[in-house]
Amino acid sequence: MPFIPNTDEERAEMLKAIGVSSVQELFSDIPERLRIGSLDLPEGVSEVEALEAVESLAERNVQTKKMDWFLGAGAYYGYIPAVVPALASRGEFLTAYTPYQPEVSQGTLQAIFEYQSMMAKLLGMAVVNASHYDGATALAEAVLMAWKAKEDRKRILLPVDLHPEYAQVIETYCASFDIEFVEYRGAPEAASFDDRTAAIVVAYPDFCGEVYPIEKAAERAHEAGALCIVQADPLMCALMKSPGEQGADIVTAEGQWLGNPLNFGGPYLGIMGTTEALVRRMPGRIVGETKDKIGRRGFVLTLSTREQHIRREKAVSNICSNQGLSMLQTCIYLATLGKQGLKEVAKQSYDKAHYAAELLGKIPGYRVRSSRFFREFLVETPKPAAQLVEILTKRGIMPGLALSRYYSDRDHELLVCVTEMNTRAQIERLAAALKEASK
Amino acid sequence: MAIDKNARYLESHEYAKPSGEYMVFGISDHAQAELGDVVFVELPAVGKTLAKGAIFGTIESVKAASDLYAPLSGTVVEVNEAVKNDPSLVNKDCYGDGWLIKVAPSDPAEFQSLLDSAAYGKAIGEE
Amino acid sequence: MNTMNMRDEPLVYELSRTGRRGCALPKSDVPEYVLPEDLVREELDLPELDELTVVRHFTRLSQKNFSIDTEFYPLGSCTMKYNPKVNEVAASNPGWKNLHPLVGEEHAQGALELMWRLQEGLREIGGFAAASLQPAAGAHGELSGVLMIRAALRARGDDGRRKMLIPDSAHGTNPASCTMAGFVTQTIPSGPDGNIDMTALRSALDESVAGIMITNPNTLGLFEKNIEEICRLVHEAGGYVYGDGANMNALAGIFRPGRSGIDVMHFNLHKTFSTPHGGGGPGAGMVAANESLAPYLPGPVVVKDGEAYRLAMPPKSIGRVKAFHGNFGILVRAYVYLLMMGADGLRRVAENAVLNANYLKSLVEAVYPVPYKRHCMHEFVAKGTVAEGVHTLDIAKRLIDYGFHPPTIYFPLIVQEALMIEPTETESKETLDLYAEALRKIAAEAASQPELLHEAPHNAPVARLDEVMAARCPVLCYRG
Repeated sequence: MPFIPNTDEERAEMLKAIGVSSVQELFSDIPERLRIGSLDLPEGVSEVEALEAVESLAERNVQTKKMDWFLGAGAYYGYIPAVVPALASRGEFLTAYTPYQPEVSQGTLQAIFEYQSMMAKLLGMAVVNASHYDGATALAEAVLMAWKAKEDRKRILLPVDLHPEYAQVIETYCASFDIEFVEYRGAPEAASFDDRTAAIVVAYPDFCGEVYPIEKAAERAHEAGALCIVQADPLMCALMKSPGEQGADIVTAEGQWLGNPLNFGGPYLGIMGTTEALVRRMPGRIVGETKDKIGRRGFVLTLSTREQHIRREKAVSNICSNQGLSMLQTCIYLATLGKQGLKEVAKQSYDKAHYAAELLGKIPGYRVRSSRFFREFLVETPKPAAQLVEILTKRGIMPGLALSRYYSDRDHELLVCVTEMNTRAQIERLAAALKEASK
Repeated sequence: MAIDKNARYLESHEYAKPSGEYMVFGISDHAQAELGDVVFVELPAVGKTLAKGAIFGTIESVKAASDLYAPLSGTVVEVNEAVKNDPSLVNKDCYGDGWLIKVAPSDPAEFQSLLDSAAYGKAIGEE
Repeated sequence: MNTMNMRDEPLVYELSRTGRRGCALPKSDVPEYVLPEDLVREELDLPELDELTVVRHFTRLSQKNFSIDTEFYPLGSCTMKYNPKVNEVAASNPGWKNLHPLVGEEHAQGALELMWRLQEGLREIGGFAAASLQPAAGAHGELSGVLMIRAALRARGDDGRRKMLIPDSAHGTNPASCTMAGFVTQTIPSGPDGNIDMTALRSALDESVAGIMITNPNTLGLFEKNIEEICRLVHEAGGYVYGDGANMNALAGIFRPGRSGIDVMHFNLHKTFSTPHGGGGPGAGMVAANESLAPYLPGPVVVKDGEAYRLAMPPKSIGRVKAFHGNFGILVRAYVYLLMMGADGLRRVAENAVLNANYLKSLVEAVYPVPYKRHCMHEFVAKGTVAEGVHTLDIAKRLIDYGFHPPTIYFPLIVQEALMIEPTETESKETLDLYAEALRKIAAEAASQPELLHEAPHNAPVARLDEVMAARCPVLCYRG
């Protein structure tokens, strides 16, 4: 067996050293009747066969790369520079544990510190943690964090157009507590703040692509004694004002499109950042800079008393394993693209999306509903959007998300996303196909 | 371990020490030694009322965090800002500069119910 | 002696030079559009590096790590087994990487079939009625499981039960997960044999009990001999039993937790099923349940409908615990491992994991006291009490000089100066012999030259770091 080196001879020697006559004897604590006779599983196979089995399954899926791709809705097809997987897949990163022994984990620790630094600057926050499972769980944890920070207040204001799956995750995470959710529509500053409000969640942009400035909402939240949580698109922050400079107290985001593949929904990257005032309430691992005894710079996990392995039932969260490798991919992605590259990815996405909106808006029967958007916008369609998706898919175009997937009463709305990967020709094919399909 | 004779103690190692009409709360020398280098203290706001035995804050080292229990009931009148900025004061001088909060006691008689220095010394295994 | 990179490596910001770029995009072929004036970002403080600088930087950083690929890494309860390279090849297939999570089910049949096969395989291994692949980590599986218990209690009008029992040897995630589900925890002490103290358990079982969380084998590496009796008692008291599957590497293919009375349990695919730890994650914490709790599983789960596979929410699901479909890329890796192992392979994994742990224990227990005199399962706990004035931390740091990653230390909390060692089945006898030899040498050094231990490590990119300074004056972001 390739992954078990012990030979029969060695096993015999080892058993002798232990002082038992068989391996079974080592399992004598397990009551006989609870031991398995046999499992209903296929026989093990070789590496060649396993790989073939998985490859044949992989072939049975559609691929972004083989179509004109305009579907986003919380997971985006972006370019991943070759250096990102090449470096992140190095065994020294891939097969290391959580860096609890800092002297032999400086690689992972420094990379986390660099990620924290770049992400904090991108989001405009004082501190960013070493990751959550995804954007949805980061936001759910942020809601719990704000609710606990504002004892005696139980109201959380949520935008109607929050990603539906994020809203569902918040609901699951908060099910055990007395938290009241109040939905608001449109501009966040118009939400009804009062002295029971613990926090407002602002989606920047919202699920339908609309971008609302945060500043006034943050001011109103602070006047009411509440916190301002922003769920942000981190790529958009390369072009538009960061949540931090607009007054956010907690920022969460999904980082998949900064260097991580689509992978059918995971592993992705949950991002969370906050202010200095709230850092000791923030869940997740945090790396800090320090020195060793001869004054060399080094990095350690710090502020650990927030965490489960020390504080147990009083920990700020139960999170332990995070998305370390996805975080590393994003760290390398940000370092590779850098200041100019990231701006350009964002600006090309912006320009291409606005070009697409212009073309689609001119097709009779279609109306672009988003007024201010980054790279995803909502289109009213003359036919049910799900039908259009079906028709266009057959022609090699994935035109977007039919909102009827999540909302049964919104069947004539299509959410179209354009990234830096789309070409002018693809956009023009999309417009032509939508025109054709509406007839 | 030093035990301040003017203070009285909880078994959880917090002390209360008279200071004029007020009471000063802190943690004992034994507690600071057990905890190791203190890196952070979280203390209540001035004006907060505390019941005897209630949690009034937390004190942390790198690898441990302890809740702080109020030895007496009362209202917080002052918080040691110096110790918030430099938590090592708790290690250096827990009965002096490393005090935590000052409280106006609501029931001064409660002081007598605490362990005196001899009893506290016994509780921590010192004569 | 190890081969780590001892040179200081600057931060990406310190390597930055204005005007450099590491990756160019194709030229835009559409007109430019104006940004909303009130939202234009002025300043973006990201580094500027060329590609080779990026490559050298992260390569050099990687060389400052210990990893399974480079060193023996016997962290207790972490199952640092070899992560097969074939897993990585399989997971990097474009058919997965370029698969969007919101395509229609008809466009993702390959992915759904893989999920279904893994879900059903793991369900069978655990002996449960149903499983969900949604949770992204072990603690996420725990949270799902205790939320399921909470939901089931609520459904039967018993939401007043809020007490969750946790053995004193449990991982910190157990009590922390309970708090996130609104439960209050009560610690149950271990008895002299290292198992749950049955008298203490009995007296804790009252009308307020929601359940118990059990890790089996526990963190002492010992099998809970009374598992059936514990489950029976908790059920009689009206509670549920949660199984923490962190240590399933000792049992897969040998013992099915679902058949011993455990109601709901998570499996760590990044431990038992060989997916890499990635310096902290991502993991996958699939959760499985018996008939009584299966309807509450987090969703969606994959169901087989004739020849087609589709996503469905279990009837009384606690809902979504993350967006989309779990950490799918990790599921691919675990599936490859499961295919290659089969039932027989899994049994051999468990047998060799237990054999290796007992062998290593037999080599060191004369020097490092082992508090519980029993056969261990996949790991064992010893004490670093080898010489006056020397602590477990010193021994751990000295192991680094010998080129070995230290074991888990100071855990479980119930053993003072604990060293918790899990060699796993993928390590050879020679490696175990060398490790034992290093531990014995260190014990001798502890007596003769304790300063060697106190000052260790001597052969690492940095010496012991000032964690007090890091926590007192946190520097959490580059300030240049």
